[in-house]
Amino acid sequence: MPMQFWIIQSLNSLALGGLLFLLASGFSLIFGLMRIANLTHGAFFMLGAYFGATALRSFDWIDLWVAAIGSGLALAVIGGFLERFVLRKLGNNPQGQVLVTLGMSFIISDACLVIWGGDPIPIPTPHALQAPTFLFGFAFPTYRLVLVGCAIAVAIALYLLLERTRLGAMIRAGVDDMQMTRAIGIPISRLFTVVFCLGAGVAGMGGVLGGPILSAYPGLDADMLPLALIVVILGGVGSLVGAFLGSFIIGFTYTFGSALFPDLAYVILFLPMIIIIAFRPQGLFGRRAS
Amino acid sequence: MATEALKLTDVDTYYGDSHVLHGVGFALEEKRVLALLGRNGAGKTTCISSIMGFLAPRNGEITLFGTPIGGLAPEAISKLGIGLVPQGRRIFPSLSVRENLIIARQREKESEKPWTYDRILDLFPSLAERSRQLAGLLSGGEQQMLAIGRALIGNPRVLLLDEPSEGLAPLIVAEVARTIKQLKDGGQSIVLVEQNSGLALDVADQVVIFNTGRCVFTGPVDEVRNNDDLIAKHLGVFHAH
Repeated sequence: MPMQFWIIQSLNSLALGGLLFLLASGFSLIFGLMRIANLTHGAFFMLGAYFGATALRSFDWIDLWVAAIGSGLALAVIGGFLERFVLRKLGNNPQGQVLVTLGMSFIISDACLVIWGGDPIPIPTPHALQAPTFLFGFAFPTYRLVLVGCAIAVAIALYLLLERTRLGAMIRAGVDDMQMTRAIGIPISRLFTVVFCLGAGVAGMGGVLGGPILSAYPGLDADMLPLALIVVILGGVGSLVGAFLGSFIIGFTYTFGSALFPDLAYVILFLPMIIIIAFRPQGLFGRRAS
Repeated sequence: MATEALKLTDVDTYYGDSHVLHGVGFALEEKRVLALLGRNGAGKTTCISSIMGFLAPRNGEITLFGTPIGGLAPEAISKLGIGLVPQGRRIFPSLSVRENLIIARQREKESEKPWTYDRILDLFPSLAERSRQLAGLLSGGEQQMLAIGRALIGNPRVLLLDEPSEGLAPLIVAEVARTIKQLKDGGQSIVLVEQNSGLALDVADQVVIFNTGRCVFTGPVDEVRNNDDLIAKHLGVFHAH
């Protein structure tokens, strides 16, 4: 294999890892705090991609970054509505939550199919980022480099929010011990809505940022969600650092697995997950449930 | 008659179908310490859970300075002025000492001399040295101080202490007892649940004894201190000092 292959695949791995982080970080936070496995999360990502694609087609003045932020905000609102008016009703009923979030993701998929049809809608790479970047004599697709930078920037922002603010400390307290968090007067239901909006928003933004690589197409949700689930299981639920490292581990595993052993891509992907579940059920960075 | 800070009237609480508290009733007077005693499984912690709103009582009434709080959500009960130092301490292990305290800050305007972060560190100087450390890495005694500080910084009108001496070395237990006396002298109304009846009888004004989910004794502490029969019958020989 030529050197260019390894370098390009590595960058592809990083880019996929970055996208997975945008999806998995929210999933992990929601699961960590609310104990809800939000199977609608892949649909949030896809809906974000469609919103972004539509906005970019409809308005000349919108660029990819504006579309990403706009989609993120729109998904935050939609996520907030679903949490307040649907999930809230289910209380602590895990089967209900799984069925309802799965059902909502099917509804969103069908709605997308009706509205946007079955053909993929491309999301163009911004003009300024179309030319490759030459580093050390190799050509790198510039957009993928930028995408990795975006994911790292979001990771840092989320980290600062969680680790350096009072709101973040409240969220971590809720992950540690929900009942005691309520007993010190923290309105946990508002915290739930905040975290759900945040997770949905970041996923929606990820859909747009992934657009130039993946485009918006029916089934994007179902392609991305299992990868995010594996990331969260690998990294440990509720752990941002776990989601970050897990995303890049899966990004590399999946990219190189598909390139080198296309027939075994899923074996390469799921085998580490099974080993982790068997020997370290709390994930690489999760804490054992008390 | 003194003001009733916290009053339970005919409270019935269930865990699922199992009936744990049977018509429990007692009243804590303002600025006093009420010791809630009884053997393991007598219903003491269930009673605390009912007051805090973790378990909604099925019947009966709980009032805080006359305001009914029975069946409210824990966060609402906390806002109204009940502070909890739970059994097993339950500090937030992945938060720093400082974060454990600042997220619990509330009710500053409702109190005459509110607890602030600095005042909590003055009360427990050993926490000041470790303010940036993860709370999960503290010793058991320090965690107990932190749990008490976390409850105090919410400026509660009534403080619930559930087995604060459990699992601590005698020296630390003495410090916890000193702290409770200090809080009492400062006018804090306290419900103290204890297996260690020596500690409890030392600081309490009133005593309530539970046996299998019922109040079997309610009265001033003097009636219990020298009543060996009562202690032997309901508290068992293991914890009578």
